[in-house]
Amino acid sequence: MTTTPVEQLVYQRPAALSEVHTHYCPGCTHGVAHRLVAEVIDELGIRENTIGVAPVGCSVFCYNYFEVDFVEAAHGRAPAMATGIKRVLPDRVVFTYQGDGDLASIGLAEIMHAALRGENLTVIFINNAIYGMTGGQMAPTTLPGMKTTSSPMGRDVETSGFPIRICELLATMDGATYIARRSLHNPTEIRKAKKAIKQAFENQLHGHGFSLVELLSSCPTNWDIPPAEALKWIEAQMVPVYPLDDFKSVKK
Amino acid sequence: MTKELLKGNVAIAEAAVRAGVEAYFGYPITPQTELLEHMSKRMPELGRAFVQAESEVAAINMVYGAASTGKRVMTSSSSPGVSLMQEGLSYIAGSEVPSVIVDVMRGGPGLGNIAPSQSDYFQMVKMAGHGDYKQIVLAPATVQEAIDLTLLAFDLAEKYRTIATVLLDGNIGQLMEPAELPPMRELRQTPPDWAVSGAKGRKKNIISSIHLQPEELETFNHKLQAKLKLIAANEVRYKEYMIEGAELIVVGFGTAGRVAQTAVKLARAQGIPVGLLRPITLWPFPEERLSQLADEARGFLVVEMNAGQMIDDVKIAVAGQCPVEFYGRTGGVVPLPDEVLATIAKLDQATLPANRVAALNG
Repeated sequence: MTTTPVEQLVYQRPAALSEVHTHYCPGCTHGVAHRLVAEVIDELGIRENTIGVAPVGCSVFCYNYFEVDFVEAAHGRAPAMATGIKRVLPDRVVFTYQGDGDLASIGLAEIMHAALRGENLTVIFINNAIYGMTGGQMAPTTLPGMKTTSSPMGRDVETSGFPIRICELLATMDGATYIARRSLHNPTEIRKAKKAIKQAFENQLHGHGFSLVELLSSCPTNWDIPPAEALKWIEAQMVPVYPLDDFKSVKK
Repeated sequence: MTKELLKGNVAIAEAAVRAGVEAYFGYPITPQTELLEHMSKRMPELGRAFVQAESEVAAINMVYGAASTGKRVMTSSSSPGVSLMQEGLSYIAGSEVPSVIVDVMRGGPGLGNIAPSQSDYFQMVKMAGHGDYKQIVLAPATVQEAIDLTLLAFDLAEKYRTIATVLLDGNIGQLMEPAELPPMRELRQTPPDWAVSGAKGRKKNIISSIHLQPEELETFNHKLQAKLKLIAANEVRYKEYMIEGAELIVVGFGTAGRVAQTAVKLARAQGIPVGLLRPITLWPFPEERLSQLADEARGFLVVEMNAGQMIDDVKIAVAGQCPVEFYGRTGGVVPLPDEVLATIAKLDQATLPANRVAALNG
């Protein structure tokens, strides 16, 4: 006869997530992204073997929120710093966590060449279509017509160009092995995002090479949209421009 | 060990290998490219890391990452490339991770040319990036010294958790001289306790240059300045030549120092009481020794392959006690001993005391 446990643990803070309050605004999806990364680190049992690389931007302090060794890079240079670490410690798991200003604007050269070299790294790329930390300026990912503090009349593609699709760009590179875009706008998508993050870390553990997961994220504060509506805005406005897909998945 | 005929750039690369460098990151630029080329062969041969980066910006940030693990790492470049590294250098200084940088100087400003120059003095000695910090600057004048100072750079970088640089003009990088390489050193097996390596059985380590609270950043800056003061007190190095009885002091580093040494020898043969001080550390600068010499000297002559950069530091040391003259060539032109000799003779005449002028005329 089997006994039914009186209490069953169904939910707890991942060991890889620090027990601190974050500085993120209410409704920001950085917290969700952090939790997914931390859960994957726990599930793969790699917490004590992992080194994170923090960016410049809203997630500049993410080293305070993960219980793993961390370095804090200069703006856009996280992939270069991660390359330096991984090349001298190839048996460690190295990941960068970068926003769109960091990765897709000032750090475009570093991310592209890390992908081209097939660096055995995992990159978590947060795309919220705006510069959050500096107060809502236009990012390379800002949608056409979208109002920001540095495109107050809306992004004019005639003068400010078009949004950049990082996944589509990096998928053309032979060194990249897993390139996927997911969204954090509802529980179903969040579950899919976690799967992708896990694959991106597993790829590194198997030595496959460069993996990147782009996560469409909300910025209620700088979009000036309430949190619940901001999630709907991702689905309605961002997903058509940034389709959710696996753009490259090389099985070795 | 025996002497070999070695090119400056190759000698520095091989010295770094033997000093136990575990990762090299660089980008091609004349006149330092042989250094990168040597590393591209030697490092993989030894199972160590070599990456030709996409830019000097990336190279210095790869150094930053690898240095955060406590491994011995280096990069090398030439003047315009070092300009691109300024950002990374500032972060490295702010994070206190030991790093070795080699700058084989060429003519500037701008793209300038690929001829030997010393016009990175300000860039390397005065300010290598934003914020309050200094980096150790070692200036070899021979291939042998380039080897010895490369070894020293790694030791000092680790001892003080700081940036140590080897600063040479393209002439020292390109010329070949007999020199002796050191034996191969053992690699360090365990990382230092501050390094990132995975938080196994300990609390997590963080390498960062951010201190958001003003008081917190000021406290860090005080700590950094105290360390720099300690380096300044302990690590001054220079060489003197015919300084005994010298009334005129010539100051020059690197190739300019070598040319000046020949000029001093020629001037002594003509009876001019002149000596040479060749700084080996440009930071920390041999200010105290120069100040001491200024107590007795009639005048100073600073010889540089630039429009006058180190002369500022000589003037600070001399503190107005006697005239400080300058002779420099720019654009990659190397001064000749005769030109320096003529300037020494002029300084000699201009600073002779009245009674000795009278005696000469009488």
